[in-house]
Amino acid sequence: MAHELVAGVFDSEERILAAARAARRAGLPIHDAYTPFAVHGLDRELGLEPSHLGVVCFRFGAAGLILTLGFQYWASTFDWPMNIGGKSLNASPALIPVAFELTVLFAGVGMVLWFLAMRGLSPVKKPALEALGGVDDRFVLALRREPGGPSGEALRRFLEAQGAQLVVDAEGS
Amino acid sequence: MAHVLSSLRRPLIGGAKSYARVTEDICAPLEGRPTRAWYAAIAVSATALLIGAVAVTDQIWTGIGTWGLNKTVGWAFDITNFVFWVGIGHAGTLISAVLFLFRQRWRTSVNRSAEAMTIFAVMCAGTFPLIHMGRPWLAYWVLPYPNPMGPLWVNFRSPLLWDVFAISTYFTVSLVFWYMGLLPDLAVVARRAEGWRRRVFAGLSLGWDGSQKTWLHYEKVYLLLSGLATPLVFSVHTIVSFDFATSVIPGWHSTIFPPYFVCGAIFSGFAMVMTLMIIARKVMAFEDYITLAHIDAMCKITLLTSLIVALAYGTEFFMAWYSGNPYERFAFLNRFFGPYRHFFMGMMLCNVAVPQLLWSRRVRTTPWAVFAVSILINVGMWLERFVIITVSLHRDYLTSSWTMYHPTYIEVCTLVGSFGLFLTLFLLFCRFLPMIAVSEVKGVLHYAREGDGGPHGP
Repeated sequence: MAHELVAGVFDSEERILAAARAARRAGLPIHDAYTPFAVHGLDRELGLEPSHLGVVCFRFGAAGLILTLGFQYWASTFDWPMNIGGKSLNASPALIPVAFELTVLFAGVGMVLWFLAMRGLSPVKKPALEALGGVDDRFVLALRREPGGPSGEALRRFLEAQGAQLVVDAEGS
Repeated sequence: MAHVLSSLRRPLIGGAKSYARVTEDICAPLEGRPTRAWYAAIAVSATALLIGAVAVTDQIWTGIGTWGLNKTVGWAFDITNFVFWVGIGHAGTLISAVLFLFRQRWRTSVNRSAEAMTIFAVMCAGTFPLIHMGRPWLAYWVLPYPNPMGPLWVNFRSPLLWDVFAISTYFTVSLVFWYMGLLPDLAVVARRAEGWRRRVFAGLSLGWDGSQKTWLHYEKVYLLLSGLATPLVFSVHTIVSFDFATSVIPGWHSTIFPPYFVCGAIFSGFAMVMTLMIIARKVMAFEDYITLAHIDAMCKITLLTSLIVALAYGTEFFMAWYSGNPYERFAFLNRFFGPYRHFFMGMMLCNVAVPQLLWSRRVRTTPWAVFAVSILINVGMWLERFVIITVSLHRDYLTSSWTMYHPTYIEVCTLVGSFGLFLTLFLLFCRFLPMIAVSEVKGVLHYAREGDGGPHGP
């Protein structure tokens, strides 16, 4: 869904942090912020929930562990039992290295794919507010213009008062 | 917050840089024409690669009888190179993952190229077992896939199969980790590029826009990938060492191998990182980013791992004597006094004696001296693998099977080719991708810096 946005461009992380804090206190609808690096603390100021990807990573890892242990056990004990030096067919310590490696593989790759899908990152995605330099050397705070909320002019004045060097109207998804 | 002010701390990045200046500096080698030095370097490395390619084609065409192997020495140059290159890769993951977990902010200037080094080194390593198979077109036989030959599955109890999973997982996770780190920087490069370069980089950056909602999850992904890559580093070389430790050959059958191999890997990897970084900072004018403090810090880690490796050598010798096993004792005396003693002496000199120079602060902060030390360590670590593998094999339990191994020119050319592959890939990386993590450097730009006029410079 496209939103009508008013975006303020700041020149430092301190200014955008202060602006985000002030916007939150004033109860303004914050859409997102765009920064060249992860500005720590800004997520809290924007009121974002902590990432749940730890749980996702654990689940992928657990699935990898169960699948690979189960598969190795089935393959070497039932489907193709090989007598090697009279060792037990189910020599479980020997199954650990492969199970460990694939647990890590499932957890890592699964989590990354989940992250890309969740954030909609793909080669065809158009970056939001790219022209404002949020990936390079500017810090962009985007406020949403909502029906019944503060007017565009009020949001613009707010951002200017917070020290924004440039304020523009934009569209964002 | 990036501002940490204390008289005890020094800025991580030299010069009064602004965010825009950081982008300019790091993107400069990508956007201008290559320098003469770059052309000269790639000419040399591509020639080495070509020599290797011809040698590999010949040995696959004719068969691996072109090697100097015999009935006693069945593993020599190929597996030496394999273990050597896998080890080289480890410092990359250590810098990017372990130092990240330890909150070592200086890593931001070197992690990108160290990770690239990991990927290229693992690619070099992977080619050797592939060639060693003799019939590389059947390489997929090492994977467990449904097939009409049985049902026939691979032997999950063999350390050689563990290698397959360890190396391929290590390569995949390192590649994913590297690419994730590149995402924000690819967006920066795309924004500055034009024409087809813009389209390519925009596609590769996956629409990255620096959204805080994305950064929040991205940081979690990066942290968790670091957490996953750290035990992976230790597991990979541990598993490589199992190839030897689970056998009954004197000199191989040793419980100290896993930690000893891992430390050796980190030791050689850091030496290689320093070799490359010292050249890169000079050629690309990155002295403000890869400072003497970075080299100093890497030297300290190299010195520490050198001491651990020396301790491992000592422990091996002690256990050979203390175990009372005559075959084990002989294997170690043979290293000292046998026909390959020059290799052993070279290894001791390069891995134990030479790194002691790094106790001196003056040496640690003199780039050419560190460069010389790091080259010698690389030589020493290659010799170490040769000593462990070939020297342990050439005289086993039966004196009737004792023999000598001499590499053929095909094997030497393959080794040269692997260096060619590694350096060619690294030079292409320096040319086409940002060598320093732009977004991460911006995050530590103001560390311990005061009164420089703010982030947009004086």
